[in-house]
Amino acid sequence: MSLARLLFRELLRGPRTIDGPLADPLGIEQLGIALGERVRERLGRSLRIREVDAGSCNGCELEIQAVNGPVYDLERFGIQFVASPRHADVLLVTGPVSINMSEALLRTYVATPSPKWVVAMGDCAVDGGCFAGSYAVLGGVHHALPVDLTIPGCPPTPEKLLSGLLALLDVAAEGGPAAIR
Amino acid sequence: MLGNMTLMEYLSGGRAVAGHRPWPRYVLDERGWLDLIQQLTVCDWTLLGLWADGNEVNAALRDEENAAIAVVSLGCQDRRFPSLAEVRPAAARLERSIRDLFGLIPEGLADSRPWLDHGRWPLSTPLAIVRGVPPMGPVVYPFLPVEGESLHQIAVGPVHAGVIEPGHFRFTCAGETVVRLEERLGYTHKGVESHMAGKTLAEAARLAGRISGDSTVAYAIAFARAAEAATGTEAPPRAHWMRALMAELERLANHILDFGAICNDAAFSFMLAQCTVLREQILAANALCFGHRLLMDKVIPGGVCVDVTREGTVTLRGLVKELRKRTRRLGNLYDDMPSLQDRTVGTGILHAALAHRFGAGGVVGRAASQAGDARKVPGYPPYDDLDFEVPVHPEGDVNARIWQRLDEIQVSLGLVEQILERMPGGPLHKPIPTRGGEGMALVEGFRGDILMWLRLSEVGRVVRCHPRDPSWFQWPLLEAAIEGNIVADFPLCNKSFNCSYSGVDL
Repeated sequence: MSLARLLFRELLRGPRTIDGPLADPLGIEQLGIALGERVRERLGRSLRIREVDAGSCNGCELEIQAVNGPVYDLERFGIQFVASPRHADVLLVTGPVSINMSEALLRTYVATPSPKWVVAMGDCAVDGGCFAGSYAVLGGVHHALPVDLTIPGCPPTPEKLLSGLLALLDVAAEGGPAAIR
Repeated sequence: MLGNMTLMEYLSGGRAVAGHRPWPRYVLDERGWLDLIQQLTVCDWTLLGLWADGNEVNAALRDEENAAIAVVSLGCQDRRFPSLAEVRPAAARLERSIRDLFGLIPEGLADSRPWLDHGRWPLSTPLAIVRGVPPMGPVVYPFLPVEGESLHQIAVGPVHAGVIEPGHFRFTCAGETVVRLEERLGYTHKGVESHMAGKTLAEAARLAGRISGDSTVAYAIAFARAAEAATGTEAPPRAHWMRALMAELERLANHILDFGAICNDAAFSFMLAQCTVLREQILAANALCFGHRLLMDKVIPGGVCVDVTREGTVTLRGLVKELRKRTRRLGNLYDDMPSLQDRTVGTGILHAALAHRFGAGGVVGRAASQAGDARKVPGYPPYDDLDFEVPVHPEGDVNARIWQRLDEIQVSLGLVEQILERMPGGPLHKPIPTRGGEGMALVEGFRGDILMWLRLSEVGRVVRCHPRDPSWFQWPLLEAAIEGNIVADFPLCNKSFNCSYSGVDL
């Protein structure tokens, strides 16, 4: 099938993006509206996230990719993943912080301009998860950096990830980084 | 004596260890090990794995002529063992890891640099019987020297531009052309092997499912099968079929995403968008039918802990139908895009001889004429009862790895249909008796064959567990495949290999 025909078919079908409002208070679309307003207030329509894998099993990365895809479509809320920490407002850290990654993580943090927020995503990033106690991990992002938000789960679902970013915006709206659970 | 003999003939005179299942394990003395190295120069025996256990090194071998598998062991004198890397280059990084973790020295290994140990842990040789003293500080890693006129280096990572795992790539280039790529990994080392020791089977199974999160089902099956082999247990028939069902869904989700992601690295983002939608349909069906999007912790030693309901079967049948229609359409679209193929055809060629030398499995191996698939050889239930072919492509380029995935997607869709059609009834789980033993398993994940070796104590706890990811034998080949290509084609080569970082960093 040619690209033109496929594009035409998609055009007729409409977006694949899940739309709402959904009954669930954590529903994606409701979340998205709230997220959008707060982002605009605080950061002028944009929040830029740099992801750092600090020893994750790659499970969290798969769900971040899902959030970036057309179904959850994070970018419609003004939130975007960026390639460089120098362009980022938020560091989204996964993994129990392997000691071999700790310096790279710290350097990425230093390279991120203030104001900045750190999100620990996934059970490993929260407290080391099932790797806690190993000689090779710090056992959670809070051992390396000040953490503003934790999003537990193994891995957190895309809905949880979106809902976590909303909580982060609550913190941002109050005027600065503060640890919340 | 050198000669063309089978692996089993060669080992028949050796001392077999009792209680190693399902394949035999033979203990060699140092002379026997040296003889084996000589024998490996003339025999087509593939190195399946190489790991240490206390003061012993173990090598798993497969005879390519008759598919026989055996483990050979050597007790190290003076904490040294003769290196296999000269005759089986795939052994080099495994031996460097053994040196880092166990303090056993591979004699004759040309590369004296550490691999997993970056000099940052609070101790050295963490798995040795006597642990080493803390290191002096981070290692300044000496990359291989490159000499020549007008060469420049590009250092990439460990933090990459995209949302992917961390690792360092050091490119040496002449203009746009890559003269050499050197990988440096180990950044995600979590101490998995050390952390496994002393765990109960349930705890260790959970850990095994998080060695490489994208292959959680395959790893969980490998661990469960190794535990079942060690204790002489056979999971009930329905459990085997349920495992295969989840394993094929995992393969589909990963292959589809990889196909889209490779095209995206050639700036054709439409394909990634389409594939992400399809992948999401699979993950949503997983969550609906089995309660977890990535199917973590659903396979347990002794069986599985989920069943597929009648509604679940209907959902999955519908999913297969939809996926078949749409993946074929996307395959045709790829076939219809010369501008895309301009980037993929002839790019990143892996030669079949090299793939064979490294015993590369999975998509990487099969797209370079290597027909290995653990579902067929050695085979395990229920695949011996299912009708499927293993596609192979000879070209070894990015295009071949794309078609390999597209073909394997169709095979897996057929398998899911057969499994749903013919799944037997009965229990899902059988308790594992508390007893000691040694077990090994080979399971085909979406990247290739995962080897799991396990020794249990009499009270049923893990004494030693070694998981060997297929990427051990694929990462080194990426260094070869990129040579002579332009830097801009590295993402295509890398993504089409899609090796695991967490799986090899352990």
